[in-house]
Amino acid sequence: MTDWKNLCALEDIPRLGSRVVKTAGGDLAVFRTSDDRVFALNDKCPHKGGPLSQGIVSGDRVTCPMHGWLIELDSGNAVAPDQGCVKRHEARVEAGQVLLRIA
Amino acid sequence: MKKQKLVVIGNGMAGMRTVEELLKLAPDLYDITVFGAEPHGNYNRILLSPVLSGEMTLSDIVLNDFDWYRDKGIRLHAGKKVTKIDRRARKVLAEDGTEEEYDRVLLATGSTPFILPVPGSGLPGVIAYRDIADTEMMIAASVNHRHAVVIGAGLLGLEAANGLKLRGMEVTVVHLADWIMERQLDKTAADLLQTSLEARGLRFLLGKQTEALLEKNGRVGALRTKDGIDIAADLVVMAAGIRPNTELAESARLHCHRGIVVNDTMQTYDPKIYAVGECVNHRGTVYGLVAPLFEQAKVCANHLANFGIGRYGGSSLSTKLKVTGIDVFSAGEFMGGRDTEEIVLHDRSGGVYKKLVVSGEKLVGAVLIGDTADGAWYFRLIKDQAPIGEIRDRLMFGEGSLGDSGHAAGHNAAAMPDSAEVCGCNGVCKGAIVKAIREQGLFTVDEVRKHTKASSSCGSCTGLVEQILASTVGGAYKPASSADKPLCACTDHHHAEVRRAIREQKLLSIPIVQQYLGWRTPNGCATCRPALNYYLVSTWPHEAQDDPQSRFINERAHANIQKDGTYSVVPRMWGGLTNPAELRRIADVAEKYKVPTVKVTGGQRIDLLGIRKEDLPAVWADLDMPSGHAYGKSIRTVKTCVGSEHCRFGTQQSMKMGVALEKMLFAMWSPHKVKLAVSGCPRNCAEAGIKDIGIIGVDSGWEIHVAGNGGIKTEVAHFLCKAKSDEEVKEISGAFLQLYREEGFYLERTVHYVNRVGLDYVKKRIVDDETSRKEHYERLLYALKDAPDPWAERVAGPARREFEALTA
Ligand SMILES: Cc1cc2nc3c(=O)[nH]c(=O)nc-3n(C[C@H](O)[C@H](O)[C@H](O)COP(=O)(O)OP(=O)(O)OC[C@H]3O[C@@H](n4cnc5c(N)ncnc54)[C@H](O)[C@@H]3O)c2cc1C
Ligand code: HEM
Ligand code: SF4
Ligand code: FES
Repeated sequence: MTDWKNLCALEDIPRLGSRVVKTAGGDLAVFRTSDDRVFALNDKCPHKGGPLSQGIVSGDRVTCPMHGWLIELDSGNAVAPDQGCVKRHEARVEAGQVLLRIA
Repeated sequence: MKKQKLVVIGNGMAGMRTVEELLKLAPDLYDITVFGAEPHGNYNRILLSPVLSGEMTLSDIVLNDFDWYRDKGIRLHAGKKVTKIDRRARKVLAEDGTEEEYDRVLLATGSTPFILPVPGSGLPGVIAYRDIADTEMMIAASVNHRHAVVIGAGLLGLEAANGLKLRGMEVTVVHLADWIMERQLDKTAADLLQTSLEARGLRFLLGKQTEALLEKNGRVGALRTKDGIDIAADLVVMAAGIRPNTELAESARLHCHRGIVVNDTMQTYDPKIYAVGECVNHRGTVYGLVAPLFEQAKVCANHLANFGIGRYGGSSLSTKLKVTGIDVFSAGEFMGGRDTEEIVLHDRSGGVYKKLVVSGEKLVGAVLIGDTADGAWYFRLIKDQAPIGEIRDRLMFGEGSLGDSGHAAGHNAAAMPDSAEVCGCNGVCKGAIVKAIREQGLFTVDEVRKHTKASSSCGSCTGLVEQILASTVGGAYKPASSADKPLCACTDHHHAEVRRAIREQKLLSIPIVQQYLGWRTPNGCATCRPALNYYLVSTWPHEAQDDPQSRFINERAHANIQKDGTYSVVPRMWGGLTNPAELRRIADVAEKYKVPTVKVTGGQRIDLLGIRKEDLPAVWADLDMPSGHAYGKSIRTVKTCVGSEHCRFGTQQSMKMGVALEKMLFAMWSPHKVKLAVSGCPRNCAEAGIKDIGIIGVDSGWEIHVAGNGGIKTEVAHFLCKAKSDEEVKEISGAFLQLYREEGFYLERTVHYVNRVGLDYVKKRIVDDETSRKEHYERLLYALKDAPDPWAERVAGPARREFEALTA
């Protein structure tokens, strides 16, 4: 586990949207919900690797743009009946800044 | 605990299906080893026929590639034939000395082709048709040689003959019986089929027995029949039947009798050894088609997994011939006999023959030539032994004749019960397909294939799967369902109610709509948000705020996402017209950004595929062309023919008309995509008959057609009215589109909208009522006033962060 890092300002991520984060270990997606919580997942759908960052965020879930799987933002789990899980990372908001800790 | 060892002998369709089923049930139970005599992974043997005919390639038919085995932790010995099973030491031994111990064995050795024991059968150029090697040999022979003879006119022989003919060979089919496919067809049907195959250039010699194959220059040169006819033959394909491959089982002293004998749990006489596939004799029957083998696989996997549920009770069979363009179906007792009656329809010049064999109250057999659309239904009636007394008088006219005749024809699929089997090969029923389409949001046959396996084997149910897709995806558009179907699970309100509330209450944002109508979820979902966004921007142009986060990625990024996560860029070419400067810029962009694929689209413009999202704004800037909106529920293109400016037939200036329409409609969002076409005369080179609006030049002006569709189900556009001038065309087309924009449900194409409200209604609003027409037209022009080019906006503006990645 690495240290907490300052990623960007909360305002840099659209509400009900996301940003792609390039890391040495591949792309992550950081999501912002309508009530300004943030979540970070690998940007790779457990189904066929679709870019989750490009999906539509609603509630605490994102819909993959490729074949419409629903992924829970907090657990990274696919919503039944689909099965699968994408790796999570820790993310939080502090003083208007988004902090990220890559797992 | 140490895992038990399962050794599978035979890396073919039945064996590997069993392994797949087993892994679903008990992924970790066994340490699995697979031996296959062929040097490949598992492939779809059925589809060797389209490979031979050149309609598919070998890579299209792979079912499990080497990576699959590795991912599943299966040890694959490809290219190693097992020569011995030592039952005492519980070991199998391969030709090259490889040894594996086992706790259980699965035998799936398939069949061997029957080679006629005639002189010359060992000559070079004489082959069977069974595997990839045979197919490659036939393709190679077709390059260097001219004359092919196929022995045997069963399914396999005819598919081989057709393939070789398509590869350019002269093909003669020699057959022992008096008519072709005598195991599946009666003589009348066979004659009709023979006629259509002869029309494609195949030659038939029926009632002929092969006496010998004669040598010429070191390979086969001719075939001699018993009655002394010599036929030139540089290639002889034996398709005279197959024999269960029991060699190995017999050498291991397992009880075999026309196949390895198994019980209802697919166990051989040695309880440690199971067997499935064509090598098996179950209750006296040996099967040669995949559907029953896949049923066996399921049962066998269940027992291997120690679940012990399920028995195999035998299968009924139906057959289809896979020759593109010739439809043949046969099932059950197709010959009929003393205790049966026949219902027959025979249209010789139309090439259609249908025979239904009825016994008492039941359908027991069917043969269909020329029109096989109802094959699956008949097969179901046969398998279910359903009583048909009530429907007997309409039986011949198919399932579509039963429902209420108000519905459009061709919706068999919609009428099928959920339990009805669609894909015989893989045993997939309609309910499973519909469920997958709904839950996984599938919209191509390919995706349905991947998710459900339906139509992934022989492919002959593809048509039916398409119909189910059309009726499931399109089902929401039909009057009965769409009027009373809620938008999605977030609400009980229907599309029409939501539209009305937005208009009457002047709701201007998604949260307000959701609050006003009592949405159950905080932000809606990926189904309702795009719909609400469209309803808002189309009802209150220039007032409601467009919400990019409620748009599907393609409309948010203004480019089409591709399966690898890259994007495609289609710049607009008004009316399909371009010029050297644009082409030069496109070429420069393609080089600068190393665009892997440059393609001319069906919409008369150029698609640059494989662009990284980060590069999009720069690509747009360099292109300096407006967006083609090839990604949106929006105006796509206006396709044009050259028209009277150049064409010697043309009566009207179709390019000019097309450009004017496309400029008028630029950046128009709509419930679904909208495509137009303009042709300069009734020869209609722009194919205006299958567009949302098709304009066709005639001497006196233009004809306007609406609500055509070239998609899953081709729909011919309806004639709406004539127009005298270009200006009138713009007004009527614009008014029609505005009506659709205001009343259509999200994701409802014009064809479904017009079917829902009726063409007469559209005519009344747009053609007959001049005031209404003008008002609609004006509202459209107002909505589209000053429509910005989304690409130019993003090149310049703040929306760029959509395209920029962060780093950590
Ligand atoms: C050209 C063609 C078209 C067809 N079209 C259709 C169709 O449209 N519809 C339909 O339902 N069916 C069709 N069939 C039949 C269908 O392909 C077979 O029923 C099916 O493949 C049989 O599966 P199987 O696993 O029993 O045998 P196979 O698929 O033949 O697999 C057996 C495998 O075992 C291997 N093997 C044998 N002995 C050994 C050994 N001792 N050691 C190691 N490996 C061994 C063989 O090399 C082979 O790869 C077609 C067949 C062909 C050839
Ligand atoms: C996500 C799914 C789809 C994508 C990304 C897509 C993309 C495209 C693109 C980029 C074009 C080129 C047209 C242009 O220049 O604008 C095109 C053309 C076409 N598409 Fe699609 N399409 C999709 C789904 C469909 C579906 C579901 C249908 C059928 C209902 C369909 C039918 C057509 C037809 C008929 C054309 C040719 C248009 C013409 O001849 O003018 N497409 N598509
Ligand atoms: S539709 Fe008529 S005018 Fe247009 S190219 Fe064809 S023949 Fe010429
Ligand atoms: S890749 Fe995400 S749903 Fe298929």
